[in-house]
Amino acid sequence: MTTDVEVVGPDTAPPAEEAAEDSGFLQRAIENVKTGNLGVLPIVVGMVFIVVFFSFKATNFFTAANFDNIIVQMAGTAMLAYGVVFVLLLGEIDLSISYVAGIGALTVAELQLPGSGHQINGLLAMVAAVLVCAVIGLAQGSIVAFVGVPSFVVTLAGFLIWQGVILQVLEQPGSIIIQDRWINYTASYYFSDTAGWLIAALITGLYAITVLAGVIGKRRAGVAIEHPGVVIAKLVGVAVAAFGTVAICNHATIPHGLPLAGVLVVIALVALTFLAKRTTFGRHVYAVGGNAEAARRAGINVPRIRVLVFIISSTMAAVGGIILAANVNSVDLNFGGGTLLLNSIAAAVIGGVSLFGGRGEVRAAFLGALVIATVSNGLNTAGYQSGVIYIVTGIILLLAVTLDTIARRLQVRSGR
Amino acid sequence: MTETTPLLQLRNITKSFGSVQALSDVDFEVRNGEVMALVGDNGAGKSTLIKCIAGTHSADSGEILFDGREVHIHGPRDAARLGIEVVYQDLALCDNLDVVQNMYLGREAHDSFQRLKEPVMEQKTAETMKSLAVTTIRSIRQQVATLSGGQRQSVAVARAVMWNSKLVILDEPTAALGVAQTEQVLALVRRLGEQGLAVVIISHNLHDIFETANRITVLRLGRNVGVYERDKTTQQEVVAAITAGVPTKVSGIPATAGAAGE
Repeated sequence: MTTDVEVVGPDTAPPAEEAAEDSGFLQRAIENVKTGNLGVLPIVVGMVFIVVFFSFKATNFFTAANFDNIIVQMAGTAMLAYGVVFVLLLGEIDLSISYVAGIGALTVAELQLPGSGHQINGLLAMVAAVLVCAVIGLAQGSIVAFVGVPSFVVTLAGFLIWQGVILQVLEQPGSIIIQDRWINYTASYYFSDTAGWLIAALITGLYAITVLAGVIGKRRAGVAIEHPGVVIAKLVGVAVAAFGTVAICNHATIPHGLPLAGVLVVIALVALTFLAKRTTFGRHVYAVGGNAEAARRAGINVPRIRVLVFIISSTMAAVGGIILAANVNSVDLNFGGGTLLLNSIAAAVIGGVSLFGGRGEVRAAFLGALVIATVSNGLNTAGYQSGVIYIVTGIILLLAVTLDTIARRLQVRSGR
Repeated sequence: MTETTPLLQLRNITKSFGSVQALSDVDFEVRNGEVMALVGDNGAGKSTLIKCIAGTHSADSGEILFDGREVHIHGPRDAARLGIEVVYQDLALCDNLDVVQNMYLGREAHDSFQRLKEPVMEQKTAETMKSLAVTTIRSIRQQVATLSGGQRQSVAVARAVMWNSKLVILDEPTAALGVAQTEQVLALVRRLGEQGLAVVIISHNLHDIFETANRITVLRLGRNVGVYERDKTTQQEVVAAITAGVPTKVSGIPATAGAAGE
């Protein structure tokens, strides 16, 4: 038995690979679509369809001011959905986030309350609220990770408990008005025109530096680099998105300018994408979600990863809760109820995060939250009631997941 | 390599789970550059023995010598530090990660900010694959889910080898593979031995064992039956040892019996 026959000759494989790399960027994109590797394509197409539809349906939908509105409206859900992405990547679920967001908002509201005796600076109040929720995440995550109670049950209990806490605390006042300007800024501060342009330039510049550093690093190690066309397309895409957004926001009259909430959403997107894709922690999250036993055998501290992910989820819930409260300048008995929880989970899922763990990106939450905010804004603008909004959001969720499932089946069939 | 000190030597290993005696007074050894097969029927104690070496279980009594020194292995980390790598039957790969990511699973190259050094990992993976002549994988940036059984096994073995390991333990490496893929993996196993590694291969398949192993250790009901040299035995003799058992520590191989008798 000769060793050479069993293995495909070393000199046959590489040329094939090079040929694949040389084939055009467009050609590969078409190949991807054919094999079910759709990426963000369905969401982009869906967004275009939604925007065009509502532009005809409602006269004041396709306006610069409404664009500003949508950014602020999506901010809270997007923040919660970022946390959901991490939990779903593990193959777990966190049902408590909407009321943890409520606890975050409540903490902030209590701590900024003038004349309460425990009033502190608004910025400190926000830090305190995030810490409180991080501790909640630590507690819930520890029960899941160390005791082994299913996350569905632990966070369902959290859902009830934190809702109960909110009802108890707010029973007397009914609601707390948020007057602190720092807190309210998270949803109502708009940058000046110049500041907006500078932010767009900064984002584009930083992105370009990151991409170039990546290319140089790969060159140095002598590994394959991305097709130059793809790199340029990405750079142009980010530049257009950044400057385009600022241009529209600056064009609006009331509100006018780039909203701080939008910037916060993008900062969180970049930071969490970095965490998920470029750090050992993020890699371990994907590993645990893909095959927890394999991760454990590889020496990954699986319980630690689980706890940290639940802390992220609760922390992001607090951030989202603060923005949501700031948006209405108050916290009331109903805070965290309604569709907040389901919209946050739906946002992640619409964006393509698998419910079974290990598959999905942070940007999915951004795109999903954008879709949900746009649809509900559009339906509102067109004068529909909330019933219709629920129905349409539900249909979109179903469509998105069905499309994703079909795409996955295609991928399996084409052996990718 | 005839009478050199074995790389790994187990003496009088005993392990019980409650009232079940999984291993009693088992001796085992493997030398550098040797493929040692560990065979036995179901429940013979193969897996338990491997787990004692890998640190998943710790033996109740007995001693483990590595490179001639007595060592205590209390967890997979200890084993890895010694240079012992185990490729489990179910491979322990993450389907949703690509080949490079799986090769570095749990041991990612990173800087002081915990940032991953992807280019370094990719390059080292490519090198390892090349040194093992694993050329059937089209791209090491492919998700493992898209690989065939043989390719996955190759990735698992390559991962074990990449970490400067001295001893690689393969648990049923060909169990779920077709004929061609089995040959691929067996060739890879032989190559590991030729490169000077100590290899332990567990298998039910005597064909595989006679294809790859230099020596064969037979366990039965948690006890040693004997150690056979491939060139001096037959499949029938090994089958008889597995099924019926023959008196412990005979068959003319002094290595294990001698070591235990000191």
